[in-house]
Amino acid sequence: MTLTNDGLWPEVSFEDRMSTVRFDIGERAHITVDSAVCGDCSTRECVVACPANLFVPTSDGGILFNYEQCFECGTCYMVCNREGAITWTYPDGGHGVVFKRT
Amino acid sequence: MADTTTGTTPLSATVATASAATFDVIVVGAGPAGSCAATVLARAGHRVALLERGAFPGAKNMYGGVIYPRILDRLHPQWWEQVPIQRWITRRSTMVMTETRALTIDFRSEAWGEPPYNGATAYRPDFDHWLADQAVAAGAHLLNATTAVGLLRDADQRIVGVRTDRPDGDLWASTVIACDGVNSFIAKEAGLHEELDPANYTLGVKETLALPRSVIEERFGVRDRHGVDIEILGGTSGVNGGGFLYTNLDTLAVGAVLKLPALAAQQTRPEEIIGRLKAHPAIAPLVEGGEIVEYSAHVIPEAGRSMMPTLTTDRLLVTGDAAAMCLAAGIWLEGVNFAMASGMAAGETVAEALASGDTSARGLGGYERRLRDSFVLADHDKLRRAPGLVLSDRVQHQYPEMITGVVERMFRVDNPEPKPGLRRILREERRAAGVRIRDLARDAWIGFRSFG
Ligand SMILES: Cc1cc2nc3c(=O)[nH]c(=O)nc-3n(C[C@H](O)[C@H](O)[C@H](O)COP(=O)(O)OP(=O)(O)OC[C@H]3O[C@@H](n4cnc5c(N)ncnc54)[C@H](O)[C@@H]3O)c2cc1C
Ligand code: SF4
Ligand code: SF4
Repeated sequence: MTLTNDGLWPEVSFEDRMSTVRFDIGERAHITVDSAVCGDCSTRECVVACPANLFVPTSDGGILFNYEQCFECGTCYMVCNREGAITWTYPDGGHGVVFKRT
Repeated sequence: MADTTTGTTPLSATVATASAATFDVIVVGAGPAGSCAATVLARAGHRVALLERGAFPGAKNMYGGVIYPRILDRLHPQWWEQVPIQRWITRRSTMVMTETRALTIDFRSEAWGEPPYNGATAYRPDFDHWLADQAVAAGAHLLNATTAVGLLRDADQRIVGVRTDRPDGDLWASTVIACDGVNSFIAKEAGLHEELDPANYTLGVKETLALPRSVIEERFGVRDRHGVDIEILGGTSGVNGGGFLYTNLDTLAVGAVLKLPALAAQQTRPEEIIGRLKAHPAIAPLVEGGEIVEYSAHVIPEAGRSMMPTLTTDRLLVTGDAAAMCLAAGIWLEGVNFAMASGMAAGETVAEALASGDTSARGLGGYERRLRDSFVLADHDKLRRAPGLVLSDRVQHQYPEMITGVVERMFRVDNPEPKPGLRRILREERRAAGVRIRDLARDAWIGFRSFG
């Protein structure tokens, strides 16, 4: 992902952006996505809205999701219009995102 | 995980016997609301469990952000000598921008740089940790790394405690205070919220940018620990919302607040919206060279009064963001002070109810009364139409064009043309922005009623 900043500062890749965030990743996937349900979703609200960019469309029309670098914000379950597509819980105590300077 | 933070009771020891897992009150969430509620109750001599799912209080919490701590005068006199702040806000700017123009109202007050101050930038992991430490000092039992996963009920369906994700992690109490923030699963489980409407929420995204302290002070025109708060209308790539830029000691906070349905219905991702804001000619010289040291995101309950849940039920109260008490009305974005005030009111109410032995909804009725008598519900009642107005298409897209257009023409010297009259400029710019007089008059009236 590149930014249109006219070369004012070094463009930062999405990977580098996420590497500024600390995650103490738990073993349990606290969010799961049922890719079969996503198969008939044409609006794909989660793809543009998830600030961590964790919803990746696959070539077979589904969604690939990885819970590991998640802000636990709630945006995805709020914008998704399909019942049953997203199962959302908090990570187990002490796991997940750890903010430092925000 | 780190349940060894000062004052934390290891849960395994706590739950070894049923009586050790029994409290007078369980407070779910050690954000500003929960820590204030727990402090009040512990000082009143009650046995309080304060649950926090993060490894430490503040680990999960992100905001703009500026804290207005005057509400702490009662709870922690001389708080300013202890609170871990970044800079005291002495300069506050409100900016209206289009792609190529910006109009700023810039205010400074030296009084805001001296006790008792007005607002301060602070990192939430620092501030929330400090506030929770005060609850621990008062005698509350802080249980870090402990997620509440549901309510416990007895055979009569009365709430009798909270289930946590620890092994043998059931905790018992006659009252539960839900201070669990915007997602508010505890209050939802108690049936206090109406059906979720994404239009009531915004996503906040932010970059923390490192810059040398001297560079920040030079660029923003401040010294010592003074700082600047810039609120921005119109800098969010056409997505309804707002932008912000704050100064910390040696970092800047730059970000955007984006209405969820508007964000989801277009193609520009949140971090690109921040990128475009940073590239705006009015912002770029301020943030240039700043290296991203943290990227963060969190959801805000945006709709105020109209989305608030029922605040009490038998043996349970809901506070802060869990009750949508954040005030997000364009020129104001305040939630920490509302959370602290509602937490204190909840703590006082429960202390009273425990003393009288009635923690039913009736016994807890003093909570809503206290909030009505304070700024929490007074501000929300007065400003109940402000969030809708500020996030409306006209305020978001048409008025910035119109206002900056008027100012550009007022100050443009078009010689040899003579200066046009202000009335003509107003009429032409209003038409150019597609604003109808009727709508303008109605919005002005709502604005006057809300802010006046
Ligand atoms: C982008 C953005 C900008 C903002 N800017 C400002 C600003 O400049 N000034 C301002 O005053 N406000 C601002 N706010 C609003 C402010 O952050 C909130 O209103 C405030 O944090 C609410 O406090 P709270 O205690 O109610 O909830 P929170 O701060 O969300 O605290 C809830 C706590 O409960 C814990 N928790 C949640 N669920 C559980 C569970 N099941 N078990 C155990 N623990 C749990 C969480 O980890 C968290 O510590 C902003 C918000 C955002 C997102
Ligand atoms: S998660 Fe929801 S919004 Fe995203 S693709 Fe699946 S169904 Fe659509
Ligand atoms: S909770 Fe937030 S960060 Fe996590 S997957 Fe959902 S939208 Fe993305």
